[in-house]
Amino acid sequence: MFYREAGDFKTSYAADQQTFPIKSERWLFWAFIAIAFLVVPFFINDYWNKAVLMPLLIYAMAALGLNILTGYCGQVSLGTGGFMAVGAYACYKLMTAFPGMDMFSVVILSGFITAGVGLLFGIPSLRIKGFYLAVATLAAQFFLVWMFNKFAWFYNYSASGQITAPERTVFGIAVTGPSTTPWATYLFALTFVFVFGWVARNLTRGRLGRSWMAIRDMDIAAEIIGVSPLRAKLSAFGVSSFYIGMAGAMFFANYLGAIEVTEAFGIEKSFLVLFMVIIGGLGSILGSFLGAVFLVLLPVLLKNIMVGYLGWATDLAAHVQIMLIGGLIVFFLIAEPHGLAQLWRVTKEKLRLWPFPY
Amino acid sequence: MSIKKLVIAGAMAIMMGGAPALADMVFPSLSYRTGPYGPNGIPFADGYADYFTLLNERDGGIGGVKLKVIECETAYNTEKGVECYESTKGEGALVYQPLSTGITYQLIPKATADGIPVLSSGYGRTSAANGKVFEWIFNFPAAYWDGASIAVNHIMDVEGGDINGKKISLVYHNSAYGKEPIRTLEELAKKHGFTFTAIPVDHPGQEQKSQWLQIRRDRPDYVLMWGWGVMNSVAIQEAANIRFPMDHFIGVWWSGSENDVLPAGDGANGYKSLALHGTGIDYPLYADMKKYVIDAGKGAGDGSHAGEVLYSRGVYSAVLAAEAARKAQEISGKKDITSADMRDGLEALEITSARLAEIGLPDFGAEFKATCANHGGSGLGKVQQWDASAKKWNLITDWIASDRELIQALVEEDSAAYAAENNITPRDCN
Repeated sequence: MFYREAGDFKTSYAADQQTFPIKSERWLFWAFIAIAFLVVPFFINDYWNKAVLMPLLIYAMAALGLNILTGYCGQVSLGTGGFMAVGAYACYKLMTAFPGMDMFSVVILSGFITAGVGLLFGIPSLRIKGFYLAVATLAAQFFLVWMFNKFAWFYNYSASGQITAPERTVFGIAVTGPSTTPWATYLFALTFVFVFGWVARNLTRGRLGRSWMAIRDMDIAAEIIGVSPLRAKLSAFGVSSFYIGMAGAMFFANYLGAIEVTEAFGIEKSFLVLFMVIIGGLGSILGSFLGAVFLVLLPVLLKNIMVGYLGWATDLAAHVQIMLIGGLIVFFLIAEPHGLAQLWRVTKEKLRLWPFPY
Repeated sequence: MSIKKLVIAGAMAIMMGGAPALADMVFPSLSYRTGPYGPNGIPFADGYADYFTLLNERDGGIGGVKLKVIECETAYNTEKGVECYESTKGEGALVYQPLSTGITYQLIPKATADGIPVLSSGYGRTSAANGKVFEWIFNFPAAYWDGASIAVNHIMDVEGGDINGKKISLVYHNSAYGKEPIRTLEELAKKHGFTFTAIPVDHPGQEQKSQWLQIRRDRPDYVLMWGWGVMNSVAIQEAANIRFPMDHFIGVWWSGSENDVLPAGDGANGYKSLALHGTGIDYPLYADMKKYVIDAGKGAGDGSHAGEVLYSRGVYSAVLAAEAARKAQEISGKKDITSADMRDGLEALEITSARLAEIGLPDFGAEFKATCANHGGSGLGKVQQWDASAKKWNLITDWIASDRELIQALVEEDSAAYAAENNITPRDCN
């Protein structure tokens, strides 16, 4: 009734192939983007920025990156934390080595550096598959974290091994450091996520994305029809690491401002992002966002309900929250193994027919 | 998706809307009662909250103003720590005491920009002792570099003043916290002629076989430890397993609580650690604490931790904050102090033996006086030793002074580097 394709005529191939073929959905999307860009910056405060929206955007970016590799190309990776660390340390070294550089360039260059490292660790994927590849990327995770701890050059020989983001600007407005305004960091991260979400969506339905999916679905068959596994797998590793590197750079510079590698980019981070991808939906751009919403916002929401509203003790609330999130993960995986994105797809299908399902 | 978000946004708006009770003095407690560091976080959080409850119940607050502790669970995780900071700072927070070096590092620039003081007693960034650069950050009564120096001075006392050619190893938590003393120990090694090796243990520290194998091979004369959480008890157990002489094994003040030594049983007998304050339940304050808080059922925890080392540390931290608030009321001449007044109070804080006795904690902590330039206190510490049969920590030394000359030089160097990185012009303190 409200969501239908009747009367929505397509007169060109471009119109037929667009991401949101149904008018109401398109409107919903643009309204959502308009609110995110034009309304939220006027109302955002420190709490919403630092505790809710920044982690959400940054984890969505990381999940997007991992989804390209795991969801679209079928290569399981447990190295996300390590690659985020590469992005963060590249960002730090660039920020301190070139103080005049603006943050857009810094984050994008950090992405490229991470892509290089990702390509390197992607090479084993040409010979090993499945769980064995997961173990190989796990090695990357531990090696990278160890490296950033071991060699003092990476943290500019600071006594504590912490890296701290100095103040850097975009168009003269500070987006890192302590004296940033909430709207500036928020818009900065949002711009990145919007632009690269757009790029990811279009990459995945283009030639490159189709070659990834071919490799994912059956690599031998893909090779027979002329898809080069070398190019497909390595490009997936490269693009995925590019996204994860940018997420790591923003995680360090814009969100936390100071980190230490073992604490911030440990194996837990790899699992967290992998869970986001699995719960959100493998091979779905929307799924990356939904997964991040689920695992970033839900704990904060539950905490605020239990401690702030019901007045429970903090430790009790923390334990209940762990159980609830765990239970919900199990529930969603049983109810919809293809993730929240599939749930949304099913809902849309039903909405199309509603209220006359026959 | 948008509906879901709307629901979330609406729900959160309701949660955030709870207005704070007016005119309470707010002391946020970024505690951790869960996670691998929970066993150490619980007694501290209990002690911190119980002391403020005691002041409310017995004295009606400070200067007639009630005190309010807002607890927020961080699980020793910096991301959650940031969330806790952002969610509590709007409630009129006077001072943050996060009990985590990682979170302290996070908060130093943020709290400075927001104008809320941070008091990291015995942890955090050591060079914050330089008040000229770190206007809003305090770390009295002593910091890590003091701790390193106190430990070395104690070893010198034991060895009769000469430790030339001795081997000292440091087993440390591989994080900002554990790395803090390395620089100082390297300098001290040069000065006193001992060989120094640093052995990292990764978070959370449950697995230390290879580290202790290395110690067994190197045979150091002394082992120092900068550990936290489960790492402490594992290290003490491993040291007992390789029959390392326990009285040659010295932990920092964060590696010397009941939780750390009890699991090793008799093997931990003789283990030493530094101490910032006395422990045990024999102080007069605890009679009031029992009467007004624990027996009244108003304790933050189950009351079983009272008198433990980390509970005492929580009480001590709360005492420092409460005394600073009292001082702030005195300086500003008003009852309702702001975080800026609190900063002035912290900077003018003087802890004397007489005052400690008045509070009900005679000879509990060291005397010190904060000034504009010195935010680091006097840097004194004692050494305590574990008696496994009595299950009791005994203080075995008087206050030991640290090598302030050497540390001051390092503090100046490190804080100057921080000031240069962040474009801070040091304050003029004269």
